[in-house]
Amino acid sequence: MYDKKIFKKILNNKNSLAGLLILLFFIFVALLAPILAPVKGNDAYKMPQAGYAVEPQAPSHANILGTTENQYDLYYGVVWGTRMAFKVGITVVFLALIIGILIGGAAGFLGGWIDEVLMRLTDVVFAVPSMVLAMVIAAMLGPDLKNMMIALTVVAWPSYARLIRGDVLSVKERNFVVAARALGAGRRRIFFRHILPNAIYPVIIVASLDIGYIVLTASSLSFLGLGSQLGTADWGQLVALSRNWILGTHADPFVYWYTIVVPGTALLLFVLAWNMLGDAFRDILDPRQH
Amino acid sequence: MPLRLKDKRIMFSYISRRVAMMPLVMLGVTFLLFFLTQRLSPEMRASLYIHDPRQMSSLQEVIKEHGLNDPMMVQYGRWLGRIAHGDFGYSETANMPVTDAIKAYLPATIQLAVVSIILVVFFGVWFGIMSAMYKDKFLDNFLRLVSLGGFSLPIFVLGLLLLMIFYGKLGWFPPGAYSFSSDVIIHGPSFTNYTGLLLIDSLLNLKFYVFFDVLRHLILPAFTLCIGSFALMVRVMRSSMLEELGKDYVKSAYARGLSDFAVVYKHAGRNALIPIVTLASIQFIRLLGGTVIVEAVFDYPGIGRWGVQCAQQLDIAGVMGFSLMVAALFVVGNLVADLLYGVLDPRIRLK
Repeated sequence: MYDKKIFKKILNNKNSLAGLLILLFFIFVALLAPILAPVKGNDAYKMPQAGYAVEPQAPSHANILGTTENQYDLYYGVVWGTRMAFKVGITVVFLALIIGILIGGAAGFLGGWIDEVLMRLTDVVFAVPSMVLAMVIAAMLGPDLKNMMIALTVVAWPSYARLIRGDVLSVKERNFVVAARALGAGRRRIFFRHILPNAIYPVIIVASLDIGYIVLTASSLSFLGLGSQLGTADWGQLVALSRNWILGTHADPFVYWYTIVVPGTALLLFVLAWNMLGDAFRDILDPRQH
Repeated sequence: MPLRLKDKRIMFSYISRRVAMMPLVMLGVTFLLFFLTQRLSPEMRASLYIHDPRQMSSLQEVIKEHGLNDPMMVQYGRWLGRIAHGDFGYSETANMPVTDAIKAYLPATIQLAVVSIILVVFFGVWFGIMSAMYKDKFLDNFLRLVSLGGFSLPIFVLGLLLLMIFYGKLGWFPPGAYSFSSDVIIHGPSFTNYTGLLLIDSLLNLKFYVFFDVLRHLILPAFTLCIGSFALMVRVMRSSMLEELGKDYVKSAYARGLSDFAVVYKHAGRNALIPIVTLASIQFIRLLGGTVIVEAVFDYPGIGRWGVQCAQQLDIAGVMGFSLMVAALFVVGNLVADLLYGVLDPRIRLK
């Protein structure tokens, strides 16, 4: 009943409806990527190169959105980059959620010195700006896609751990937990069957709305050369490939506009859609606003 | 309402706990970072232990002398001793010891962050008030859209687009920190380095050409850095203002026949500013972290660009020095922001 109400509100709000539609479009592109942009080599995430000329080529019949430097096809890159964005976002959120739930749950449930130690652990991660910490971890593990996702996970889990800890603390005191304990349920059973299912929803919502932010950070890392490897279909990577060409030629400064505008638009719309949804959720879930 | 003795005690124990936790958290950060370096070969870690690039030719001796193959905890203890004495090693990227590199790059970043935070607060407050006064009208909706866009725009894309337009097309705002003609003056004999902040130094030296040149180079990075914080500032100011405008004292001010201007700016505006002060201090710290990408895009010679270069080239001493310094700034800044919050708004002290 509660969920239906939220869903209705999302559909009634112009902003969140727009966000939802944009997101559905991206999901559609990601799912149909093999049809929209047929794979040529072995690795679908490797962008095909039309020759090796350095200068980007304007949109044409062969490359409908143009090519970047070294002739990576922008259309292919954006389409498979969509799938890459979901892959990175969902993987990182999923891993960070599991770690966050286990650590935050343990801290809230067990309390005492375990709580203290685990929470100081989150303090340590919070003590470095997340972009900087992700950058440092990605650099030290060696820049590639997998390590970038590890870096993002390390940065992301503490906020979920704190959230779930708070929820576990409040659920722990509720009567049905006390009743379960009185009936002689074991600690594991109480935690996984009674407390966790009642404490987990807010953090799952918050975490899934973070996907936009995580994709943004991931593309920032790729842009700096600390994420995916050269030639990977990845929006941040595509923006990085435009870097040498933004000044254009003397006669026409905007001649290579597509190298930045195409991947930049994809990234902007993706993050915007998540933020629009997140905004609506915050309005709906925050009782003070009414 | 004056604080009761008991509340004061709670407040004091909260502060002292936070202050006492700080060194512990920083120790944790050093451990985390050192743990990460252990994946790298001793040859790569050796730069943490040297002061002079000439030592690079005898790496094996450095490794042996500092026991870089010893168990991790032994090495960690030794390294802690070194950084406690302010010895962070030699940064190959900057071609100087890490401490010198920080001294050389930090002022430019502080300058960028200060200019940005001034812009953020000024325009954020202004637009926030406008947004609240014209609630749900065109201006409010427009600003809402802009701030949503500001949150979502990847700053490296925005930065590159701005460079494309304002440097490529119009030629107004070039990248870097200053142009070559200023460089000659700054490093010339008649320019005294007072603070390291070029905006202030150029004024003190009465070199107005340099001042405007530096300002011209600051505009694009500062604007780019602002945009996310600005969006947040507008939103907070708007809701804070709306809350104040709904209160009784505002109605009574109107009833006494005061003008719109006086009520909005003198009465409600002042009270609505309380959350802004703390938000500004938090945002300032966040801006320092955000400079990483902005400086890399605009080739602005601050601490962020250096940090990125260190990470890209795996200059371990540089990476460690950079992240430790940023972490220290971040931790202290957050503490100050928290305390400010308690001082400014007595209602929060008790929580």
